[in-house]
Amino acid sequence: MMENAWLIPLFPLLSFLILLLIGKRLREASAYVGILLTLASLVFSILVLFERFTEPTYITKFDWLTIGDLHLTAGFEVNQLNALMLFIVSLVSFLVHTYSKGYMHGDERFPVFYAYLGLFTFAMLGLVISPNLLQTYIFWELVGVGSFLLIGFYFYKEEAKAAAKKAFIMTRIGDVGLFIGMILIFWQTKSFEYSEIFRAVEAGAVSQTMITLTAILIFIGAVGKSGQFPLHTWLPDAMEGPTPVSALIHAATMVAAGVYLVAALFPLFQASQTALLTVATIGAFTAIFAASIGLVQTDIKRVLAYSTVSQLGYMMLALGSAGYVAGVFHLMTHAFFKALLFLAAGSVIHAVHTQNIEEMGGLWKKLKFTGPLFLIGTLAISGVPGLSGFFSKDEILVAAWEGGHPVLFLLALIAAFFTAFYMFRLFFLVFTGEARGEQKHVHESPSLMTLPMLVLGVLAIIGGYVNTPWFGSFLGDWLVDGNEALGHGHIEGPAWIMIAATVVSLLGIYLAWLIYGKRSVARDWLSGAGGTLHTILLNKYYVDEFYQLIVVNFVKGFSYFLRFIDVFLVEGIVKGVAGFVQGLGITGSKMQNGQVQTYGAVAFIGLAVLAVIFALTGGYLK
Amino acid sequence: MSSVPASAFLALALILFCIGLYGALTKRNTVIVLISIELMLNAVNINLVTFSKYGMAPSITGQVFALFAMAVAAAEAAVGLAILMSLYRNKKTVNIDEMDQMKH
Repeated sequence: MMENAWLIPLFPLLSFLILLLIGKRLREASAYVGILLTLASLVFSILVLFERFTEPTYITKFDWLTIGDLHLTAGFEVNQLNALMLFIVSLVSFLVHTYSKGYMHGDERFPVFYAYLGLFTFAMLGLVISPNLLQTYIFWELVGVGSFLLIGFYFYKEEAKAAAKKAFIMTRIGDVGLFIGMILIFWQTKSFEYSEIFRAVEAGAVSQTMITLTAILIFIGAVGKSGQFPLHTWLPDAMEGPTPVSALIHAATMVAAGVYLVAALFPLFQASQTALLTVATIGAFTAIFAASIGLVQTDIKRVLAYSTVSQLGYMMLALGSAGYVAGVFHLMTHAFFKALLFLAAGSVIHAVHTQNIEEMGGLWKKLKFTGPLFLIGTLAISGVPGLSGFFSKDEILVAAWEGGHPVLFLLALIAAFFTAFYMFRLFFLVFTGEARGEQKHVHESPSLMTLPMLVLGVLAIIGGYVNTPWFGSFLGDWLVDGNEALGHGHIEGPAWIMIAATVVSLLGIYLAWLIYGKRSVARDWLSGAGGTLHTILLNKYYVDEFYQLIVVNFVKGFSYFLRFIDVFLVEGIVKGVAGFVQGLGITGSKMQNGQVQTYGAVAFIGLAVLAVIFALTGGYLK
Repeated sequence: MSSVPASAFLALALILFCIGLYGALTKRNTVIVLISIELMLNAVNINLVTFSKYGMAPSITGQVFALFAMAVAAAEAAVGLAILMSLYRNKKTVNIDEMDQMKH
């Protein structure tokens, strides 16, 4: 089965091509094409995953380009991480395809939406089976294109257009880092192959400084894609896209690509303490930074977006603390519960036609199905014991503690508190209390939308049991099997960490309940003391404004300068040359007027010029 | 006889040539232009004769060549005047500015 893994990305590509060609004729039946083909991908992925449990890594490649004695290869690889990612991506993609059939019903560009979904899924699946950096980079950019198209799907909305451009440009900034890092690696190791790179790093063929530099440059690419500080601002804006897209791209798969990249190149990062520390610090800072913004946002999708940024920070923190398993494990559980939360949020939006949580409320009774599922997702992400998020978050905290970063550990713990608080703030505001806005015709979503949520809900509960301190760390042992560079399958940590994590998350929930559920504490008890804090958080620490002021204005100024050069210097030269030739032509044509005397004068002047030149150069013209 | 230096002859030839050139390029009457051309030819003849007498290798060739040039100039003047006559019959003018048919 594994030798056929290359087929997995091709199914969605086929879906993309079919819908591109005959989508207009199929109309809403396009959904079936997409659903069936992603189902095929999912089935193959599951088969591959199960086969990989017992069999060794399968890798195949062929020469793609030969330049001199340099061979660039292309191919695919099924190792543990890739098999797991294949499963996650194809699963979420399949569920989102199914869900969208209900959510996007009646949209004019329905087939286009499915075509884009197919393109994105193809790129993402291709990304996770690439055996070398070059191929990864190609798919990496393709994923960015898919994301761009889908964020800008409602292109008639100004915000969506701006968000799509912003997402593309911000991630491109990171990609430049990745690209430079890639070139440096190639320069140092003469290969793009992951295995070759690791061998060279292990053999000490690359200097320590170079390892650190390349690792950090590659991490910059991951920062852009995974929405880490300081390139995080595109991710919340990307919520302008349709909600299923947010679930697929901006929660479960594409934003996890950065984490995946760091995980795939983990031995490289492992070789440099500085690089690891950078990853961990950025991760921890992003986790708490985004979580604190999430506390005050009022748009349901934006809260989830900031929560995604924060959770991705967690994964980075885990990887940076040498907790390879913890990071990948959280990537998996997060994909389940965050996709669930987004789909549930989509279901809520579908029902009440607003994204403002201040206008919701009291939906628990009206959305009998969505409510409990949203609650499951909320519990899972808050780290309530027994659900998947609890186990993976615990792993990360242990990794951070054992990695020797007490400060980062503390940040992560506070971020966990924030997470529990803002998620339950969201839950209480949306589902409990009185209906605050105009809610007409509130109805539960069709089963086409609730079923995918149900699947994710089940996974959000049980997904964590593959790797627990109690029932064995199956996933962890499997992930690092046969590769000591990745660390241990399970890191033993002090028991108080788990208790602390539980207490913190329950405290967050309790506080949220006091304020938004029971309402025994005034909502502004903290902001009343310091209103500025609330304003700062509401404005997301003014990062966008800061970028606008510094970066955008600088770039604009620079572009004006370049425009000036272009208009006056370059264009001046071009116009000058053209004008000179034109003048020459005009003069020449005026000369030819049939007047024999003019001809005579010209001949004489020419002769005179020649004579002068001859006299000046003495006949030796060079 | 030998008190007149070669440069004097050459200067005369130069002045004559310049007058001829000026006339040929600026005068509007075609007859004057033809006369100016004759002046230039004669300036050349003076040069030829001068060098046949005072040149690096004095010989009779220069003088013979000057005679040839005079004969050819006479023929040329005859042909030129004939063309001018026929032009005048056609256009009723000898103004050189109006004689631009060769352009077309």
